[in-house]
Amino acid sequence: MVAIIDYGVGNLFSLESSFAAIGEAVTVTADADVIRAADRILLPGVGAFGDAARKLRESGLDRVVLEQAAAGKPLLGICLGMQLLFERSYEYGEHEGLGLIPGEVRSIAEVIPKGLKIPHIGWNALHLRGEHPLFRYLREGDCVYFVHSFYGANCDASVIATAEYGAELTAAVARNNVYGCQFHPEKSGTVGLNILRAFCAL
Amino acid sequence: MITKRIIPCLDVKNGRVVKGVNFLGLNDVSSPVELARYYSEHGADELVFYDITASAEGRALFTDILTEVARTIFIPLTVGGGINTVEDFERVLKCGADKVSVNSGAIRDPGLVAEAAKRYGDQCVVLSVDVKRLGGEFRVFAKGGREDTGMEAISWIRRCVDAGAGEVVVNSIDTDGVKQGFDLPMLKAVCDAVSVPVIASGGAGCIADFTTLFKTLPRVDAGLAASIFHFHEVDLGELKRELAGAGIPMRL
Repeated sequence: MVAIIDYGVGNLFSLESSFAAIGEAVTVTADADVIRAADRILLPGVGAFGDAARKLRESGLDRVVLEQAAAGKPLLGICLGMQLLFERSYEYGEHEGLGLIPGEVRSIAEVIPKGLKIPHIGWNALHLRGEHPLFRYLREGDCVYFVHSFYGANCDASVIATAEYGAELTAAVARNNVYGCQFHPEKSGTVGLNILRAFCAL
Repeated sequence: MITKRIIPCLDVKNGRVVKGVNFLGLNDVSSPVELARYYSEHGADELVFYDITASAEGRALFTDILTEVARTIFIPLTVGGGINTVEDFERVLKCGADKVSVNSGAIRDPGLVAEAAKRYGDQCVVLSVDVKRLGGEFRVFAKGGREDTGMEAISWIRRCVDAGAGEVVVNSIDTDGVKQGFDLPMLKAVCDAVSVPVIASGGAGCIADFTTLFKTLPRVDAGLAASIFHFHEVDLGELKRELAGAGIPMRL
């Protein structure tokens, strides 16, 4: 079973539906025991980093996520959920992340040319770095759906896919049993469902 | 590189998809869920659902259908029609919409865009504008294109983008239903005025109209159409392959 962590950030309907669509048992939960009993954990998130990090900490679920990640359970962060995996973020100030993946979150405005629209929104091609089990059903250049204004920086050792938007942006990261996608697999059609399918086979 | 988006639009009334020609003479086409599934499987990059129901029953039916669509397909969904308050945003976002499009609601309450953008983020708020030439200027029309608001369109669009609209759908009443191509001069005026994604709507009749749109105005992000897809006058897959062949970035 996949536990989608509900810490009061964003709408989890599509995410829940997408696991149901690939035939995986799924639950949206804020219950630490349910999360501990799950086979896999999904950390979602939309909105601002500082607000989400605070809510995760206040719910006490940050400790459950860290404990379960340390125990080797597959953990996938999506969008802001991926950004929370890093050590810190510079989105409107400086905020501490979970520190599961070395690196930090910075504005894409620092790296993309002026004149390109922010947020980076729409379908963009994934450029895969080597072979990764999360992408076992994907081909180089498959498109996924992005909506973000911040990105994972200084995390080169963990990057498993990038997307080109005036600069090479971090699209996905992995470190041991911890994975993150900047894009939304639950909004990326068949390609996205295949990533979730691969996550469920890890 | 970000691909150009092709967006089929489904006007929904009493649980069925309809499409008017020049906003008049509605025809029942098909089931929203079936059409959404078909389009998703055939390469639609996003879907727009407009609720053109006026009654409370129709509205409840719409949210049921939206929930069913969101459970079935996994591409971005934009919902419009009857969005007048932040509570309306909440109502459709809960059913699985990713973006919410406001039109007459923003005209009635100019604070709505800012309020919604603050609560849900700019990327969630789509400004939809029905525009018609009148007395040598682009004029904003309300109520599905029936009522002249007296407002100049470009300044209205700029004002809404400044307030937080993350995307603009420009529907030209002058070209809608005519199938002689998108309204390029109107779209150019909007692209020159704002830096958020612009979605062209109204006038597509064949594949060449989309090619002309993206070749002439590379800053347009997406093309939206309804009846040509519903009646299969243009095949979505064929359209995207031809555009890609013409060098336009497409998700295939």
